[in-house]
Amino acid sequence: MTEPGHMAGDAGARDQRWQIRVRGLNKSFGAQHVLRDLDLDIERGKTNIIIGGSGQGKSVFMKHLMGLLAPDSGHIFVDGQDIVGLGDVAMGKLRRKFGMVFQYAALFDSMNVVENIAFPLLERYRLPRAEVLERVRVLLRKLDLAQVTGIEDKSPAELSGGMRKRVGLARALIDRPEILLYDEPTTGLDPIATKNVDEMIRRTADEFGVTSVVISHDMASTFRIGDRVSMLYEGGIIMSGTPRELLHAPHPVLREFVETSGAVHFDRPSAGVP
Amino acid sequence: MNPASSSGDHGAVAAAPAVPVAVRILDWVFGPLLGFLASVGGHIMLLGRALAWLFRPPFRARLFFDQMEFIGVGSLPIVMLVGLFAGMVSALQAVLALGMFQQERWVGFGVGVSLARELAPVFTALMITARAGSAMATEIGSMRITEQIDALTTFAVSPVQYLVTPRIVAAVIMLPIMTMVFNFVGLLGGYIIAIEMYHVDFGQAAALYRSWISSSDYVQGLIKATLFGLTMALTACYQGFNTRGGAKEVGLSTTRAVVTSSVLILILDYPMIQIFSVIWPFKK
Repeated sequence: MTEPGHMAGDAGARDQRWQIRVRGLNKSFGAQHVLRDLDLDIERGKTNIIIGGSGQGKSVFMKHLMGLLAPDSGHIFVDGQDIVGLGDVAMGKLRRKFGMVFQYAALFDSMNVVENIAFPLLERYRLPRAEVLERVRVLLRKLDLAQVTGIEDKSPAELSGGMRKRVGLARALIDRPEILLYDEPTTGLDPIATKNVDEMIRRTADEFGVTSVVISHDMASTFRIGDRVSMLYEGGIIMSGTPRELLHAPHPVLREFVETSGAVHFDRPSAGVP
Repeated sequence: MNPASSSGDHGAVAAAPAVPVAVRILDWVFGPLLGFLASVGGHIMLLGRALAWLFRPPFRARLFFDQMEFIGVGSLPIVMLVGLFAGMVSALQAVLALGMFQQERWVGFGVGVSLARELAPVFTALMITARAGSAMATEIGSMRITEQIDALTTFAVSPVQYLVTPRIVAAVIMLPIMTMVFNFVGLLGGYIIAIEMYHVDFGQAAALYRSWISSSDYVQGLIKATLFGLTMALTACYQGFNTRGGAKEVGLSTTRAVVTSSVLILILDYPMIQIFSVIWPFKK
């Protein structure tokens, strides 16, 4: 259920359990009020899923977490530091804590796979070429991309949807972020590729010990990989808790969302539910 | 669900008559003007940011050279082809017109001055707008809609510094160089027509060209080319950068970039001629 008692005042302190704490976030685009007094806590080292239908403001919210969009009002505390209103330099440093996997990977068309993955390292540090290449190759192996023939020199256009997602994840992981943001990672993938991407998210969370924030409308994925689920509806969080708590939440919108997704039935919970 | 629609249909119906007719008329009259002013302001701000980023590290020389190669070397064949024919056409017209008064020997000066002051900078800018300006708007627009520009930001890379600054600088450097190529090839075209085909006396034509044309004619053309390069790259980057939506919007951005910069090039040409005619009047 929604975490009670987190006022903006105490959210600013560094907390062992919560890595990101969002308080009273508002964002409008013209007459459209997308985020309305949004409060949310992201648990450190866990896979936090934010579910919601199309147009509920999931992507807009995600972009606030990395400072890609600025809120009209509200606070976002990352390890106790309010990132709202940070200058370019401070925001640039803070962004090193984050890695973001975009909905359609957002790989740079003008670069090959290795150049894409190495990009954050080459931009941020002066490292020997051999070391950069080695780190890229380690990630290619860990993400099961190394066995694809000629993968290093392929351009993004030559990759399948699932492979693009994995290259996007490799690029997000290369600078060893503490927090990984996934924007609808399974959209546009077939069921098998979806399952593979889910496993990849789960494995990445376990292996690299990162805090994952996944926005999704895929209930099956949510139950497969989520430690903690929050539902975004009309610009606010209407429920936060474990997947099991989600299943028993009384909110009618939530029940409808879960039931119509086909992933689980309230009378007959699926075996995948923790 | 769209939050705006969450209030239900009755809210929308009730809201419609609430906008007074006078406001709607004002919006109809001043809306386009405000849009135009916002666009001008947006261009100026983008230029300001691009110039500010030019002097801040990191400096990525490779991006500048890549763009210079694309705008310059990549446009060389089309600029040379158009330059050759522009020179040939103006020489042909000049020979035919001057022939009425047996004054064909002025053909070198006529072709040279029209190339230097007008044809070379304007045609080069239009050709490079069609080729490189459209490509810039399309590439940046595609990067915007596929979130590649957001991705740059997540790696703490300024998209303006990475994408816009190199294109503007490269265009400002390469347009004058390509204009000189156009001039050279144009004169060659003029030579082929006037001297080789119409047997105008080369010595006389060359002597008149040398004594009547001055370096200021070429300086004028090069100043124009610099300004046209800036206009072309800024417009293309602005349109690409402000693309929202999908493939259709990328196409529209490209169209707007090419049409706007072509029109601006032709419009800006006029006041510059006025200014240059005061600074460098024709010799009498």
